Amino acid sequence: MIIADRKPLEEIQEMVENCEKILLLGCKGCVTVCNVGGLKEVQVLASTLRIARKKEGHPLDVEEKVLERQCDPEYVEQLRDSYDQYDAVLSMACGVGPQFLSEAYPDQRFFPAVNTKFMGGAVQHGIWEERCAGCGTCVIHFYDGMCPIARCSKSLLHGPCGGSADGKCEVSRDIECIWDKIVRKKMEQNRLEDLRILRAAKDWRTARDGGPRRSIREELVK
Amino acid sequence: MSENGYKAGSNLEKVLKAGHFAFTGECGPPKGANVEHLREKFEYLRDKVDAINVTDNQTAVVRMSSKAASALMVQAGLEPNFQMVCRDRNRLAMMADILGAYALGIRNMLCLSGDHQHFGNHPQAKNVYDIDSMQLIAMVKKMRDEGKFLNDEPIDVPPKIFIGAACNPFADPVEYRIYRLANKIDAGADFIQTQCIYNMERFRNFMKRAVDMGLTERAYILAGVTPMKSARMAKYMAKNVPGMDVPEELIKRLEGAGKGKMAEEGIKFAIEQIQEFKEMEGVAGVHLMAIEWEHRVPEIAERADVLPRPQV
Repeated sequence: MIIADRKPLEEIQEMVENCEKILLLGCKGCVTVCNVGGLKEVQVLASTLRIARKKEGHPLDVEEKVLERQCDPEYVEQLRDSYDQYDAVLSMACGVGPQFLSEAYPDQRFFPAVNTKFMGGAVQHGIWEERCAGCGTCVIHFYDGMCPIARCSKSLLHGPCGGSADGKCEVSRDIECIWDKIVRKKMEQNRLEDLRILRAAKDWRTARDGGPRRSIREELVK
Repeated sequence: MSENGYKAGSNLEKVLKAGHFAFTGECGPPKGANVEHLREKFEYLRDKVDAINVTDNQTAVVRMSSKAASALMVQAGLEPNFQMVCRDRNRLAMMADILGAYALGIRNMLCLSGDHQHFGNHPQAKNVYDIDSMQLIAMVKKMRDEGKFLNDEPIDVPPKIFIGAACNPFADPVEYRIYRLANKIDAGADFIQTQCIYNMERFRNFMKRAVDMGLTERAYILAGVTPMKSARMAKYMAKNVPGMDVPEELIKRLEGAGKGKMAEEGIKFAIEQIQEFKEMEGVAGVHLMAIEWEHRVPEIAERADVLPRPQV
């Protein structure tokens, strides 16, 4: 799923400082699962904003709503009757949400309340880690299910670099050296010859480097 | 291979091919366009080394480009070993710089992944890593030997470059390091310069494996030496430089030398190392990385008995 972090409160307050009435809009998709933009987080941020503005003597009317998904026009359409009742809409979805909303309602302003970070999953309660860089040409089968493009700080296809120490990355002791894990697994399973193969320079056209991407499923297109 | 039997015909290649014990130095370009400062540093190395590594934004700190500094060395009649990292350039810029370097008279190149920009003075930068060091080695080889760009288009005058690569025998996972070295040689590395060696026992074992696997028959391995200036430097490297093995006994030896005498003890250790490398099977030379200590290189070379440098 897509992992996001909430923006600092000050930054959000600054976005809505000239507003008197806003809609705080959550999403039941990824951001609910990663505890950043679901119902609970909408409620917490809404009351925080209300209290802060009340203290300033400049109250803010915050309405709360959570859509099934903000990345789907069908659900975005549910705001059709109400979107223009606010000075602005603050979205707690990933970066896709405010954009789909802006496209559907060009005369309203949509602000992001979260910083969208990566595609990954929870490794333990409260900790999420990156697993996929969305390069468009999956190669994890070469590396025993571990992606060096997303998980090596240098995206090396022939690691580990000279900075690997104790299974940690030279960039930070908090980052595991994925190449250390790949090599150890290959050695344990006597498949070291897999790592003696020179991989060709990657074709990045399928990644973001080829420009913004589309995915078309002909059988579904009406 | 060209008609004269050399891949590039650089001085370093000639020295190694003739079977001499090679001795290379290193010079970091200035943090600015101060050509005088650069000249001052590299002049210490004149006639003392066979080639001079010119670092490429080392430790991810912006400096004068390695290509420009290398070209200034060529103009001054010295031989550079042009370093290139994968961090700052995509394949277009790399191939363009390889051609440009060759056109400017540069004949040796060291292909590196590069320190992550996190370490440097512009940690905000985007990192490129379009290709990695293994693929860079293969790319230079293809340009040189097949006369083709990465996309197979022909090159009008291919760059005849002597291809170098780095190897850290001490980084983890240690058991894999010899295979990664083998991969670099398979990819096309003609010579290897290792990370600074302090743990001689571990390096002896590493070289024994390299010899047993036939790697030293296929590439020239130059052992990396960086003289310690103080016990503090040794402790810092032991603690803060990932993939660096500084034995406790070396730290104790430096401390034992006492204040004001640690630098001399560090140089003594480096000279002992060089003497041993001369005798070690499979070691084709030494790469002396006297970081910001270029002025001490003549003395170290003299005392290590590697002078005069061979004329080939």
